[in-house]
Amino acid sequence: MLSLEQIARIAHLARLELAAGEDAAMQQQLNSILAMVDAMAAVDTEGVEPMSHPQQVTQRLREDRVTEVDARAIFQSIAPEVEDGLYLVPKVIE
Amino acid sequence: MSLHRSTLAQLSAKLAAKEVSSVELTRHYLARIEAWQPSLNAFITVDAQKSLAQAKSADERIAKGNAAPLTGIPVAHKDLFCAKGWRTTCGSKILSNFIAPYDAHVIEQFDRAGAVLLGKTNMDEFAMGSSNENSAFGPVRNPWDLQAVPGGSSGGSAAAVAAMLAPAATGTDTGGSIRQPASFTGVSGLRPTYGRVSRYGMVAFASSLDQGGVLARTAQDMALVLSVMAGFDERDSTCMDRPTDDYAAGLGKGVKGLRIGVPREYFASGLSQDVAAPIQAAIEEYQRLGATVVEVSLPNQALSVPVYYVLAPAEASSNLSRYDGVRYGHRADQPGDLMQLYKRSRAEGFGPEVKRRIMIGAYVLSHGYYDAYYLKAQKIRRLIARDFAQAFEQCDVIMGPSAPSVAYDLGSKTTDPVQMYLDDLYTIPINLAGLPGMSIPCGFGDKARPVGLQIVGNYFDESRMLSVAHAFQQATDWHTRMPGGFE
Repeated sequence: MLSLEQIARIAHLARLELAAGEDAAMQQQLNSILAMVDAMAAVDTEGVEPMSHPQQVTQRLREDRVTEVDARAIFQSIAPEVEDGLYLVPKVIE
Repeated sequence: MSLHRSTLAQLSAKLAAKEVSSVELTRHYLARIEAWQPSLNAFITVDAQKSLAQAKSADERIAKGNAAPLTGIPVAHKDLFCAKGWRTTCGSKILSNFIAPYDAHVIEQFDRAGAVLLGKTNMDEFAMGSSNENSAFGPVRNPWDLQAVPGGSSGGSAAAVAAMLAPAATGTDTGGSIRQPASFTGVSGLRPTYGRVSRYGMVAFASSLDQGGVLARTAQDMALVLSVMAGFDERDSTCMDRPTDDYAAGLGKGVKGLRIGVPREYFASGLSQDVAAPIQAAIEEYQRLGATVVEVSLPNQALSVPVYYVLAPAEASSNLSRYDGVRYGHRADQPGDLMQLYKRSRAEGFGPEVKRRIMIGAYVLSHGYYDAYYLKAQKIRRLIARDFAQAFEQCDVIMGPSAPSVAYDLGSKTTDPVQMYLDDLYTIPINLAGLPGMSIPCGFGDKARPVGLQIVGNYFDESRMLSVAHAFQQATDWHTRMPGGFE
């Protein structure tokens, strides 16, 4: 069972601010999901190779040449705050 | 026959014979969307000017005599396919102001075919949901009964096709998001094999499970659309470099000698009787048409939902870390520092279901829990995939229900997320294995709401699945039933 301290820790890892009171509801819901997921624990998976991908293929390699074009202006046209081609964020280093 | 009652194939013939122009056809559907948007809420964005400009070029192409089957056909797209210059929201507040700066591969393919982008359809936020009640743009209603959900997450696409607001629509299917809404709204839906359709420009939810596909009214229409969508694209590293079939050309093969696998687990407790009866009847219809039935077993099927709710949230928590309020999307006002900018932008931008899944994902991937949850789930995923491999040694397709019940009422399942998750037990295993799956209408259950037959094929066997569905639709008329009140 996840404690409220664990909920706060996970929220930090997930970079989510939980409003006051939201953490208790989240705790209840996550615990109910994890209780359902716990059915996995009883399964014998000794010697089973984990399956991370549906197709058994190796990654393609492409030719080592420049294919991307400079799209900075297009991408920054939808950014919340930019200046001189840079994305602006609150001051990080005092 | 009125334009909107025509199938896509019939509309294509009308365009070719110049009985109607693409501009007229597009105007017709745009007027229908406007008329029923207040009651169905199937669309998030419509842009008549853009659509009509495309229709005009399609008419020019038809006049020049070099039209393809989809030239001039209006198609609606689930609002997670990026289309340059179109708002692409994923049903989320965090992308409510996001104008896509480029086209998804799928959108490029429709452009090349000369199809018209009719609008962007409503969906559960980031495709997370089974009822379309998780959209920041409000729920979609089921055309068969406005009190019922249309299913999800491709609920807007399903409702649009069912109410004849579009002849076809794209969707995506990570755990059933094409097949379950198709079942709930009485339309046909196909999720292709993982890797058949490029995911480039399709906003990611769970990358090892996501696959784009189509909702339409007939197998023939799905075949025409899949022929446009499928194919190799080097920008998606998981897109398979293998030839596509001419799906529409292969439809007439019939089902004589077809071996239908029916998993004994599918008709166990939990399946509503009003759904079981039409499914059984559909399988008997196939037997009359010359197919044989073999019992198969998928012993690990019940573990699919637990496995999925580890793997999909894990991949989602990683994929959705890109929404940080810095480069695009919603940004919180007046953040005190960088951490607050991230945390508040995300807290304000994501809805409750997305937050739950990001949290679960962050937890199962975190130090100390990775082996017990994430790795364990990946191992059971292999057991589930092996079950299918063994079943397909004895049969050509697998049939069963798409969902355990007909569409339920809005608001009836929102209080307990886990209950709604468990309803996806028939669709999720197919995504875990990476197989293609389809749902076609096969009757009606409680409250006269539609029931869908699920057809699962082996890897890259879409051509056979489509001909199997087509054979059923030649012999029955379930796919021609339309909800009343949408003339």
